[in-house]
Amino acid sequence: MGFFDSLKKGLEKTRKGFTEKIEQLIIGYAEIDDEFLDDLEALLLTADVGVPTTNRLMSDVRQGIKNRSINSPEDLRPFLKNRIREILTNDASLPSAAAGPQVMMIVGVNGVGKTTTIGKLSHYYKENGEKVLVAAGDTFRAAAIEQLEIWARRTGSELIKHTEGADPAAVAFDAVQAAKARKVDRLIIDTAGRLHTKSNLMEELKKIHRVIGREIPGAPHETLLVLDATTGQNAINQAKLFGEATNVTGVVLTKLDGTAKGGVVVAIKHELGLPVKWIGVGEGMNDLRPFQAEDFAEALFGDK
Amino acid sequence: MVFEGLSEKLQQTFKKLRGKGKLSETDVTEALRDVRLALLEADVNFRVVKDFIARVKERAIGQEVLQSLTPAQHVIKIVHDELTTLMGATQSRITVSSRPPTIIMLVGLQGAGKTTTAGKLANLLKRQGKRPLLVAADVYRPAAIKQLQVLGEKLEIPVYVQEDNKNPVQIAKAAADYALSHARDTVIIDTAGRLHINEELMAELRNIKQTVKPHEILFVADAMTGQDAVTVAETFNNELGLDGVILTKLDGDARGGAALSIRAVTGRPIKFAGMGEKLDALEPFHPDRMASRILGMGDVMSLIEKAQNSIDLEQAKEMERKLRKEDFTLDDFLEQLRQVRKLGPLDQILGMIPGMGSLQKKLQGAEFDEKELKRTEAIICSMTKKERRDPSIINGSRRKRIAIGSGTRVQDVNRLLKQFVEARKMMKRLQEMQKSGKKPSGFKLPFMH
Ligand SMILES: Nc1nc2c(ncn2[C@@H]2O[C@H](COP(=O)(O)OP(=O)(O)OP(=O)(O)O)[C@@H](O)[C@H]2O)c(=O)[nH]1
Ligand SMILES: [Mg+2]
Repeated sequence: MGFFDSLKKGLEKTRKGFTEKIEQLIIGYAEIDDEFLDDLEALLLTADVGVPTTNRLMSDVRQGIKNRSINSPEDLRPFLKNRIREILTNDASLPSAAAGPQVMMIVGVNGVGKTTTIGKLSHYYKENGEKVLVAAGDTFRAAAIEQLEIWARRTGSELIKHTEGADPAAVAFDAVQAAKARKVDRLIIDTAGRLHTKSNLMEELKKIHRVIGREIPGAPHETLLVLDATTGQNAINQAKLFGEATNVTGVVLTKLDGTAKGGVVVAIKHELGLPVKWIGVGEGMNDLRPFQAEDFAEALFGDK
Repeated sequence: MVFEGLSEKLQQTFKKLRGKGKLSETDVTEALRDVRLALLEADVNFRVVKDFIARVKERAIGQEVLQSLTPAQHVIKIVHDELTTLMGATQSRITVSSRPPTIIMLVGLQGAGKTTTAGKLANLLKRQGKRPLLVAADVYRPAAIKQLQVLGEKLEIPVYVQEDNKNPVQIAKAAADYALSHARDTVIIDTAGRLHINEELMAELRNIKQTVKPHEILFVADAMTGQDAVTVAETFNNELGLDGVILTKLDGDARGGAALSIRAVTGRPIKFAGMGEKLDALEPFHPDRMASRILGMGDVMSLIEKAQNSIDLEQAKEMERKLRKEDFTLDDFLEQLRQVRKLGPLDQILGMIPGMGSLQKKLQGAEFDEKELKRTEAIICSMTKKERRDPSIINGSRRKRIAIGSGTRVQDVNRLLKQFVEARKMMKRLQEMQKSGKKPSGFKLPFMH
């Protein structure tokens, strides 16, 4: 098939093209011409930044050229990187920790890495000397409870579970009671993966959220939306609808150890103001990092 | 949102494009600018979009604009056609080995939905009369084996497990042997999710492939995947040689541009679509629906539909004439069947015939049964000219002869003749209704479910 063959060559070119251009830039050969700007645009689009945010960034670049913040080709990349870092930087101060257990709720669509992230988070907080309790709020998916159980054992966290098919709000209720009674520092609640478009399942999530808030005022203190870096523009809808249902406070971007760049979080922060807090870089319990806007912006341009 | 702005823009582009004749380069370029945006918004890979647009442009420039279409509509129609073609034919068949067991291997990234898909596929095959065996070869993810066991229990399908073995290659091999000795004719291997850049784990897949020689290696991909879909699919295809693709989570609102990207880089057919978490939510993949979905915007789609309708209208009118012909014979009946097959969904065709709106609703989603259609065709073709003109002469011995000639049973011939009589009655009723303005009531042609 001719189309497929020509495409393969094209893909090869895209992959090499930009780094070569950048190198040329550094040696000082290339000029900022339209072709260069097109390549820059392509780079943003192929990183899943999305059309509107890419357009926004490109017009910033053009503005920068006009008002002389960009004077030479070498200024271009730092300028754009800076812009992206600015967008991604989280200025909201952390909510001051109230007394009693800190409650975290983990939400997201199917298979993004919620349960694994809970394993990693509990490991992180345990290392910080906290007493951690996890709650098996995914009572729907086959063996989801067992999966969390294994993670709890690995990290030495306590676990609250019911059986498959139980009401997840009841699990959350029990977990909150246990968290208070056992005086744990942190409770992390798993939820079943669900598509944000299924209104009954989103209602269920709201209910869990409500139950937690009734038992501990101000809880959950964090509701983290887990996003898979491989996901494209649909992540924006996910962020919107999960945000509406549960007042999401931050994003965990998983699977950044692959080749996907996760650029859609730039759009999510830009459009919805929702910050990324953690990144997942593997399947082990140490593979979680606090999000660094600077590094992320850098990686968006680099080859992995 | 973005889309609203986009469709508005399209409308404006369309307004500018009036007039007839050949598609000019300007027409095409303008319309395609918006199409490009739509594709990018749908997560079709940037390069794929670029090549696709170039290809459509080449095809479209200089084309005669169809009657009843504006140039922009015509461009969109070309886009839609091209998209559907690129997406491949509906091909939801699994290769069956002449020597059982048929071995199917599911591969893909973490979280794509392999385990659930394995369960769904086993369920589908079981319903088709197969005796599947599920194989738990994901030895890495916590409780992955247990997950498959639970699914197997629910479906009453055996699951092959080696609790203490951490070697997926050995497990797969042993499972294939087990299937042979336990008369399981289909083996579905659920492998662990892995990154395409993980050399060690990709080598493991190659080893499984070499050891059990699967008849189908299916790549399971999340419909929400973004730009990276090309890299991932290409690598899996290069390493393993994929046979097909299953797209999951299409029950959400993702536009699913990854489908086009994956098709484009692998050239392999997308066979099934996952439409929900339930174990029966696996459907054949429909390229045309996917094309519409990727293009996305409702008003663009209605434009295309309008375009399509106006093209088919001529044919529909012709058929209507046939339908209403006084001397409706079995030849016409056959002709009608062939026409209908060519034209597509019956509900839409009826929608074009004045006064048939309510009937159209009843038939919504009615699908043609190809097999039934073929059988009908065979039966009619086994009749003599005289019999076709006057079916009343077809007595018992003629029926037997026709059945033998068409490789069917006498009951089938009887049924067809009965249906023909019904159809003829309906023709009459239609005509009367047309005169008195009454609404038609339900009827069913033999090739519809
Ligand atoms: N490579 C990589 N894999 C990850 C990462 N995070 C999670 N995974 C893998 O992704 C797969 C799905 O992870 P889960 O934690 O089960 O995802 P989930 O969101 O809980 O899934 P459901 O509960 O089924 O909706 C597993 O195979 C994980 O090991 C990551 O950062 N990198
Ligand atoms: Mg989970």
